[in-house]
Amino acid sequence: MSGRLLLRRARLLDPAQKLDTRGDLLIEDGRIAALGPELASAPGIELIDCNGACVAPGIIDMRVQLRDPGAEHQESMESAGQAAAAGGVTTMVALPNTEPPIDEVALVEFVARRSRDLRLVNIRTYAAATKGLRGHELSEMGLLAAAGAVAFTDADRAIADALVMRRALSYARTFDLLLIQHPEEPSLAAGGAMNEGEVATRLGLPGISPAAETIMVERDLRLVELTGARLHIAHVSTAAAIDAIRQAKRRGLPVTCDTAPHYFALNENEIGEYRTFAKVSPPLRHEDDRKSVVAGLADGTIDAIASDHSPHDQDSKRLPFTSAASGIVGLETLLPLSLALYHNGDVELLGVLRALTQRPAEILRLPGGRLTVGSPADVIIFDLDRPWRIDSDRYRSKSKNAPYDGRPVQGMAVRTIVGGRTVFIRES
Amino acid sequence: MTDLSPLIAFPHRHLLGIEGLSAGEITFLLDRSESYVEKNRQVDKKQSLLRGRTIINLFFENSTRTRTSFELAGKRLGGDVINMSVATSSVKKGETLIDTAMTLTAMHPDVLVVRHPESGAVQLLAQKVDCAVINAGDGSHEHPTQALLDALAIRRRKGRLQGLTVAICGDILHSRVARSNIALLNAMGAYVRVVAPRTLLPAAIERLGVEVFHDMRRGLADVDIVMMLRLQTERMQGSFVPSVREYFHFFGLDYAKLKLAKPDALIMHPGPMNRGIEIDTAVADDIDRSLIREQVEMGVAVRMACLEALSRELSNQAPS
Repeated sequence: MSGRLLLRRARLLDPAQKLDTRGDLLIEDGRIAALGPELASAPGIELIDCNGACVAPGIIDMRVQLRDPGAEHQESMESAGQAAAAGGVTTMVALPNTEPPIDEVALVEFVARRSRDLRLVNIRTYAAATKGLRGHELSEMGLLAAAGAVAFTDADRAIADALVMRRALSYARTFDLLLIQHPEEPSLAAGGAMNEGEVATRLGLPGISPAAETIMVERDLRLVELTGARLHIAHVSTAAAIDAIRQAKRRGLPVTCDTAPHYFALNENEIGEYRTFAKVSPPLRHEDDRKSVVAGLADGTIDAIASDHSPHDQDSKRLPFTSAASGIVGLETLLPLSLALYHNGDVELLGVLRALTQRPAEILRLPGGRLTVGSPADVIIFDLDRPWRIDSDRYRSKSKNAPYDGRPVQGMAVRTIVGGRTVFIRES
Repeated sequence: MTDLSPLIAFPHRHLLGIEGLSAGEITFLLDRSESYVEKNRQVDKKQSLLRGRTIINLFFENSTRTRTSFELAGKRLGGDVINMSVATSSVKKGETLIDTAMTLTAMHPDVLVVRHPESGAVQLLAQKVDCAVINAGDGSHEHPTQALLDALAIRRRKGRLQGLTVAICGDILHSRVARSNIALLNAMGAYVRVVAPRTLLPAAIERLGVEVFHDMRRGLADVDIVMMLRLQTERMQGSFVPSVREYFHFFGLDYAKLKLAKPDALIMHPGPMNRGIEIDTAVADDIDRSLIREQVEMGVAVRMACLEALSRELSNQAPS
């Protein structure tokens, strides 16, 4: 029912209003109607006693790979939607690297229709920046945006050709659209399987230099300077790239970036003896880079945290390391792994939530991501402290590829509300 | 009565790499190899230790000498040896690795000897089978029996490994032989140098306990052993080094460069050699200085010792 819902005795957390206070929150007709110390109830209002639990804007996960259409046995919109709801994600934005890739208006409309029909979380999609994600010809950005594409990216491929990138940025600026880049110079990273360094050398695995990321980021920052277009750099993982972005922001360039939990929760040692679940692109880095990612989140250089959810079936991962697929599923662990930044004392609580809610909404110009009156009632109730161990067998996602099995974490979503409608309640 | 001492001296189910073996375990394998060197020189070379046991040589990458060496080792110990070459061209590399492992396990082999072009593939396979596995080379990672046979050849000539200075020269980047030798020589107290152009050295190689040189003349100064590595043909034509001519000029082993090593320094090469590319023919064939032929002989003995060591851990139960 999307009627009236009163969340009582909550710890209201909203980074957009710098709000951290005890109080109640009223939802009416799918929107936030009021918040205050003690709101009055009335007949017909469903009461939820939060009993001190946190109430925050639902997470906007700005980087999710769906395998739908094309490889639904790995992940469908439905299974990803259930995983997202259980993880406290109320909006997820899908990358266009499906089969076929999302580079036509009809496919953008297909995602919107499926999202409406499933009635789980909001599913939005990016569209390909170049036709077929091939990196040569621009996609119909204007028409795709009009159909609902949130921004433009070639997903897990960088737009390598500098001239194509320049034109993509220029053209995107014509319509004030956002471009998202996978930060890796492919010719420098060619053949690589993990971060270059001592661990790769010991394992005899071909390395990817951190410079592959820095070079692409620095090149793109120059192109932003040249074109004035808005650019978002996805999953940054290296100290040098973060520093380049920090400097660019100081110069006032319209650039933003995100990272994923694996880049602040793990380092390259996680690969151990060829664990393919720890193979991801960009690769897990040196401990010094991991610390720089944490520092970048703490000082706001890194705007957002996205799950970088990349489902793969067992057959794609049970291979020798160089042949195995890259990617980690993360929808259901995004919140607890991010909250570790707060529990470890690295980032304040509102800062963590800002990177999960307010900033993605602002970067992508999506509604939600805040608890202000009139905003969509995309809200989560979460337990900030509850300790538990990650158990990948219990993922709702169809794919279980994550290196977190057995990891102790704190905090979990207990109820997820999308447009005023409860889509997930955790059985205690 | 069974001799229990090898079980205590070498308590491993598989031989996947040198990394992780202790000096004591390495010495044990070398000592056992030594006894097989003598037996292999007799007319009757046949033993019965592995009678009834099945050894499968599973090679995902072409090899003549290593496969033959393992085959002889298995047969001389009385085992039944089967060679399987899995073409990697027809299927995407590694795609059928687990399936192959499952199929072979169903045939109840006692030992699998595996070579694979990808690092870590042999370890992956070892997790999926219930027999002993010997790594006969995985990608650029390890080739443990090569390092053991190199050590045996050195020890027989020099009487020791500890305190020797060994220069490993050439394509360190892609070499599993280099990684296994670095681990073994360090474990046994030798000093290890690597000599190569910067394009053929992996990042942070010094962290593996080696001294790094980019100049053969300085790298070979006063060494006891010069270990040359094979340079793959596909890496010679501009991608890693500009030309064969330039490579030989700066990094090929000839008498002029060898002069800088100790007067009794020995030359090694894991084979197959590229004569005139990484090593001058006259140097390679110098019977006073070259250990290359002996390395091949030691290979069979070392592989017999490895099969023997692992056979103590093999199940004696009939498969259910």
